[in-house]
Parts: sequence; structure tokens; C-alpha cells
Amino acid sequence: MSRKLLLEHINVPGINTLEVYRQKGGYRAVEKALKTLTPEEVVEEVKKSGLRGRGGAGFPTGMKWSFLAKPEGVARYLVCNADESEPGTFKDRYLMTYIPHALIEGMIVSSFALGAKVSYIYVRGEMMPQIRILEKAIAEAKAAGWLGKNILGTGYDLELYVQPGGGAYICGEETALLESLEGKRGNPRIKPPFPAIAGLYGCPTVVNNVESIAAVVPIINDGGEEYAKIGIGRSTGTKLISASGNLVKPGVYEIELGLPVEEFIYSDEYCGGIANGKKLKATVAGGSSVPILPANLTLKYANGEPRLMSYESLSEGGFATGTMMGSGGFIAFDEDQCIVRNTWNFARFYHHESCGQCSPCREGTGWMEKILHKIEHGHGTIEDVDLLWDVQRKIEGNTICPLGDAAAWPVASAIRHFRDEFEWHIKEPIKSQSQNYGLANYATPIEKAPVTEEK
Amino acid sequence: MLKVEEQTPVQFSSELLAKFDDVKSRYPEGKQKSALLPLLHLVQAEFLWVPTSAMDKIAEYLNIQPIEVYEVATFYTMYFLKPQGKFALEVCRTGPCCLVGAEKILDHLENKLGIKEGEVTADGLFSFRGVECLAACGFGPVLQISPEYTFYENLTTESVDKLIEDLKNK
Repeated sequence: MSRKLLLEHINVPGINTLEVYRQKGGYRAVEKALKTLTPEEVVEEVKKSGLRGRGGAGFPTGMKWSFLAKPEGVARYLVCNADESEPGTFKDRYLMTYIPHALIEGMIVSSFALGAKVSYIYVRGEMMPQIRILEKAIAEAKAAGWLGKNILGTGYDLELYVQPGGGAYICGEETALLESLEGKRGNPRIKPPFPAIAGLYGCPTVVNNVESIAAVVPIINDGGEEYAKIGIGRSTGTKLISASGNLVKPGVYEIELGLPVEEFIYSDEYCGGIANGKKLKATVAGGSSVPILPANLTLKYANGEPRLMSYESLSEGGFATGTMMGSGGFIAFDEDQCIVRNTWNFARFYHHESCGQCSPCREGTGWMEKILHKIEHGHGTIEDVDLLWDVQRKIEGNTICPLGDAAAWPVASAIRHFRDEFEWHIKEPIKSQSQNYGLANYATPIEKAPVTEEK
Repeated sequence: MLKVEEQTPVQFSSELLAKFDDVKSRYPEGKQKSALLPLLHLVQAEFLWVPTSAMDKIAEYLNIQPIEVYEVATFYTMYFLKPQGKFALEVCRTGPCCLVGAEKILDHLENKLGIKEGEVTADGLFSFRGVECLAACGFGPVLQISPEYTFYENLTTESVDKLIEDLKNK
């Protein structure tokens, strides 16, 4: 049984209330930080922990905090990114639903470390039930003196507010989120300046994911060094993985980073294998944006070594044979699933969610959706596959924010690993409307996967 | 598409305006525009959609230009720019939910309610549409019902039938 830092008490009845959360040791981190540590010492502990941003980018949280500008007389803000919208990711919703106080406690400690007097939790608008849960928990915490003026008699003041979004994936991008929080369309800003210099209302701002902020609680309780002992290499600590798709037990799991992917998929402690006794065809390991991998490359590197659930191991082999940790949205596809249909679905998603600011993304995502629709419905030509490849290459790296890359990678990786399936749809237009391709050639174990740079 | 000429007169109750004031107090002086998204949600919860005249009144309340409200209301997908059913059903149609049968649920709703996506039933009770990922991929297929955004997981055609019956009797 691996260590649980965030979900240890998830099954305790009433853990969503302040009373039970306190009984299980909740708000100790606030007491410790506010009474015995300076803000700089809290930042130092987070640096020592090696915690990396859990929203997808994996940037070290402590380092992000240390970039925050601190001009005299200017307000600083902490904004929690709870705009969880990456297909395949649902860990933040889970955490906020069942242990809202873990996020609030993390927000208090982190706001103290950054010197923020007002902090916001930006929750995607569809999560109205979670917004109500958080607002109730904030009211409880405030009534008990954990928020408001002069917290614990230390002279530190903090107000915490929940802000609903309006249903836009792009607002998970931190500068789009800040625009949205200012009451505008969610168009990402050109960087620099980074939010650490000019963020919300032009003031220095840190934007962190829900899970990153919740992880600050065990880091302060046990110390950054203790936290860093968990995990493997530069992937320290535990990570929430959202498991979905054709699995026996989909759901949210807290793993110690470094767990073998094979164990995660097949052991009864985690997903329990592929549902209905089917075979694994492919996985998307870190949310819809990361490259899709066939089963063999999911479980093992091209050289046959086992692949682990860690930032480094998942990206081993680059985009030729690897993928990314992303936000930890683990989607499993069984042998009955159609890669072309899924790629079309994802392309439609990115087309729908493109903010329209940059032409390569605005036009390219729509173009990709149309071509994939055509192939999926039996009207594709071989040239369409090359055109699709061409379009995705011209989106990648040519946009203000990473949504363009996020739209291009799933398409590129699907063609890279499952080109035979695309071609089958084109060569067998009628058959492909009533049958599925089944396990791809590449999905069966092969001796040595081709390691070529395709860029 | 937003039709600016379409005017449905609305009145904001004093209860609603009190909620507006509470939201506005969360932001620093002069940054009241931040209240825009929450205010639009409050209006939608009250009227079940966001008429243009309500947007104008919000602009007046926040002391901003009407266009600043229109551009936001049309950018975000949650705001209904035309009337919906009393129960607006939104089914997730993104990848992971489709792996476990979301498309079947959408087809079933279309047959069951006898309307196409985006239409309203003759009795005014129901409308439905497919929406993008609702962040509950492990419990799919899922749907939510506005304005409360009550959430239903692990849907089957049977559970959808039961849900519709329950809503009719509500």
C-alpha cells in the first residue's frame, strides 16, 4: 500500500466538515506556518520538497513562488486554478468535493508564504456543486478564525473568495484565467510580462493548480525534505491520477511517483485491468493533450525497460516513443476503440475551445476536425493523412498559448503510431463504417520500436 | 449569434441586486468588472437564460459599456442566449465519455424527448445539448442539469428514462 498524503482520510465520514477535518489533524499546517515560520521559510520548504506544478506543466512550484515580485505598497495575489477541463482529468473536482478544507488550508499557508491578503479560487462554472461546497467550507473556516482579520492572533489577514468561470477550457491557461477573473474574454496574454510580475489587475500574481496547493499542507506538516523522499528522482511526492476509459475500476488514485505503469493499470490496488476481459490497445497518459501511445510503448520503453509513472519516465523517448505526465489524466482504450474516431473527437474539442486569437490555432483546429471527420466517415484520401500532418505541424509552436500545441500533439501522435488504422479507413471506406480496426500492428509487442526524430 | 435588437424586458428583484452587491464586494475598488461572470450566472439562474436587456442592465450596474458584457456572454459557452427548457440537460460528449457510451445517451435523449440538440420540447420542460468535458471522466457517461448544475454519473438509457420521469413529476 503506497503512502497517501492528500487522500488519506477521503473515506472518513464527515471529512468535508471543519470539525472532522480538524480531528484528523487538519489546519496544523496553518498553525505551524503562521506561528513558527516566516513566509520565506515556507517558500524554502516548498522548494526543498521538489513539488512540481500538478496542473500539467510540471514547473517547480517553489521556484515559481520565488519569482514573485514584491514591490513596496503593491498588492500581491494568489489565484488557485480550479478550471479543471482537460479531457481525462477529474482529480481536482474529486478533491474539492470530498476534502474542500485541504484546498482551503493549502490556500491559507500558500497565501501567507506569498504575502497575499486576498486570494481567489477560480472554479470552472460547470462545477456549481463544488462552488457551493467550497463557499460553505470557507464560511466554516472563517467562523472558526482560520480566515479573516488577524488569523490566530498573528496579525495576518486573509480573505478567500470563489470565482466561477463561464465554461471555457482556455481559462485553464493562467493568463486567460486572469483575464477571465478580471471579467473579460479568456484570451491568453502575451508573455512576458509573466504573472509573477504583472498578473491580476497588473499586480504580481501566482497561479497554482488545486492539487499543487493542497500538497503544500503535507509539505509544511512533515517538512520539504520528508516530502522529497517520496517518489523517484526529480518526480517527488505523490500524484493524483484520474483514470478513465475502459478500465475495471476507473477513478481517482493517489500514487507515489515512480509506480510502474503496468502495475497501475493491472493491479487490484489501482485500476484492476481492462474492463470486460479485453486487451489494452492504447493509452493517453496525461490528459487529452499529451501524445497517445500504443499499449507496448505505454508499458515499456522502446528498449524494453519498464515505463514508470513519473515526469521523466513518461516522457522517455521524446515524442517518437514517449508521452508526458501532463495533468495525470490517464485514459485507457481497449481493443474495440477506434483511434480515428477518438482523434476526431479530440480535434473537435480543441476546435470548440480555441479562443480564436491566433490564426494557426483558430483555423488549424477546424481544419483538422474536418479532415478527421472526413476520414472517420469513409470519405478520406491518402493525401488527407499527409495534409493532416502538415496542418498540425504548422499549428505547433506558432501560437501565443499552448492550446495550439495541445491540439496538434494528439493528432500527430495518432498518425505516428496508428497510421495503419488511418489508411485502413481510407482503403476500406465501407467496412470501416461497420467494423473497427482492432489492435493496431504497432500495439502488439515488437522487438524494437523505430526511434526516429520526425520533426 | 447574439441579436442585439431582441429585447425581452427584465426586472431585477431586490434579492437579486443584494446578491450582486455581495459579489461586487469581493474585488478591489475600481475592479468591479470582475463581477461580470458571476453576475451573468446569477441572472441565468433567475431567468434560465440571459436576455440582451439583462446584459444592458448588468452593464449599467457595473458601470461598464454594454459591449463589454456582450463580448463576454458570447465567448463563454455556459450562458444561454436564447430560452431553454426548464431543465436544460447537458451531456458530456468528449473522448473519455464516448469510450463508455456517451453518444448512445445523446441519441437516446433525442428519441426520448423527440427534439434535436438545441431545441425545446413543446411543453417547455426540456432541452438538451452535448457539451465538452465536464471533468468526471471516470464516472461517465455524465450529464448535468442547469441552473442548479445537479450532476448525474454512470448513465444508462434506463437511468436517463427514470431521470426524465422524475423531472416531469417535479
